[in-house]
Amino acid sequence: MEGVNLMSQPAGGAVQGVGATRSGLSASRKAYDRGLRALVWLCAGLTCALLLFLIGYIFYRGVPNLSWEFLTTQESLLKGTMGILPAICNTLYVIGVTLVIALPLGVGAAVYLTEYATNYRLVAGIEFATETLSGIPSILYALVGYLAFSKTLGLGYSLLAASLTLAMMNLPTIIRTTQESLKTVPQGYREGALGLGSGKWHMIRTIVLPGSIDGIVTGCILAVGRIVGESAVLLYVGGMDSTMNSFFASWDKFAHSSGATLTVQLYVFAKERAMMDPAFAVAVVLLGLTFLINLCAKLAGKKLRQK
Amino acid sequence: MKHTKKLNPLEAGMHTLFFLCGFVAVAFVLVITIYLVISGIPAIREVGLVDFLFGTTWASTNQTNPQYGILPFILTSIYGTAGAIVIGVPVGFMTAVFLAKVAPPKVAAAIRPAVDLLAGIPSVVYGMVGMVILLPGIRELFHLPAGDTLLAAIIVLAVMILPSIISVSETALRAVPREYEEASLALGATEIETYFRVTAPAAKSGIAAAVVLGVGRAIGEAMAIMMVAGNAPNMPNLLGSVRFLTTAVASEMSYAADGSLQKMALFSIGLVLFVFIMMINVLLNVVLKHEKE
Repeated sequence: MEGVNLMSQPAGGAVQGVGATRSGLSASRKAYDRGLRALVWLCAGLTCALLLFLIGYIFYRGVPNLSWEFLTTQESLLKGTMGILPAICNTLYVIGVTLVIALPLGVGAAVYLTEYATNYRLVAGIEFATETLSGIPSILYALVGYLAFSKTLGLGYSLLAASLTLAMMNLPTIIRTTQESLKTVPQGYREGALGLGSGKWHMIRTIVLPGSIDGIVTGCILAVGRIVGESAVLLYVGGMDSTMNSFFASWDKFAHSSGATLTVQLYVFAKERAMMDPAFAVAVVLLGLTFLINLCAKLAGKKLRQK
Repeated sequence: MKHTKKLNPLEAGMHTLFFLCGFVAVAFVLVITIYLVISGIPAIREVGLVDFLFGTTWASTNQTNPQYGILPFILTSIYGTAGAIVIGVPVGFMTAVFLAKVAPPKVAAAIRPAVDLLAGIPSVVYGMVGMVILLPGIRELFHLPAGDTLLAAIIVLAVMILPSIISVSETALRAVPREYEEASLALGATEIETYFRVTAPAAKSGIAAAVVLGVGRAIGEAMAIMMVAGNAPNMPNLLGSVRFLTTAVASEMSYAADGSLQKMALFSIGLVLFVFIMMINVLLNVVLKHEKE
């Protein structure tokens, strides 16, 4: 067997012997090998160090400022205490309302695209559009949400307008993940159900949707992660008050309450009010939420795949 | 059991319902594009396309002689993104090689969730840590009056695009058939040579997609940069306060009066950003289509 220069070295590069153990390498190859290996370890180390530092630093600065009172009260100027309960409630409201709007629409659209639509060119066009839209930065969604919901629909700075904007922003994600899992349901199941006399909706309800529940759940979790992490839309459409909202007192309150979610609260603390201690405490809460959401996504994926 | 004939109205109803869902979803999608284009055009027409895109002065609040040139923002966005890519891509790619190939499986399994966590951290958290750590550091290091600089924004962006670059390139590296590597190893290449000269070229379109994705993320980020870049509408300068396209929209959005040329100009900046993102998306699609072939 002859030594072959497999790698795309420039023509005339030294042809090496077979079975290069590291001791049998030429000096330049040895340097290449060692240098790149060191670089790979260095970069991986850098990433890990960065991560550990970020998390460690946030916890170091934030945990001492975290208390039960901080999480369960609102800010009180009289008592001079900080609290982020309003922000937590606002975040939950936004997650809830966004999912209530986006989930049925997104799943419905995905079902229509994969099960009903017959014009392939139209489907491809819509798929391209949703794909493209998932790459649009949130500040542009903030602009459109402001124009469309706050101004045109007259909702003003309100969490409902922000939720509508976020629903628009998360639709592509939900449609795509649902569609992908709808496509994994074997065609034979559908044909079997239809062949046994089931109607199309009955087939979708009993065969297709249960088989693709994993994609829908994953889409939901991804959407929740995106909503929790979003700040631009919530700041410019949802407002930044940090007082308690009573959303369910009346329809007017439900539609017109404005307020800061956790990320916006953090931004306000850090940038507008230069109060770093509560800001870091909010960051710890956000980190915890992110961790939880990632865990849920992983567990849901694993559990549903087993089924 | 219900009979099929009785189900017919229900079937038709559900068909319509699903059609409506699809229709509304698409309508949402169209609304975004239409709103951005329609609201972006008036200010451009008033200022003039050339003056708007290539004017070097932005003085929107000047009472006597307001000027609306967004060249500083465009250049800052390009420089900032390029800087973040130059730092983030090599580190991210190397880490991806480590996770996919070099690392012992247990180590990789421990690092991967950590990278996912990094991807999920809200951008304002990155901005805040940057504010607290980077800004004083840069101020001390370069003896500046303030640390809010393009450099700080580049570093924050580089960290923020790292997770997506790592996970997308790792997936691409893993998708390379094992036989390619085995052939290379059997022919006498060392492992490292194999990874960089066989595996990486074979995964190049996936890695390119990772880079394009990173560009998209970096150019669209607003809040984190808002906290570290200083937001003065200067021409880009590594150690100066700068304003990106995204932060140009964000920083005046809350106080510009409705219907004023200033607010309309903000929507025009949004339109320019939209065009940039669309170009990147088309590029991404071309790259991915290339990969499929």
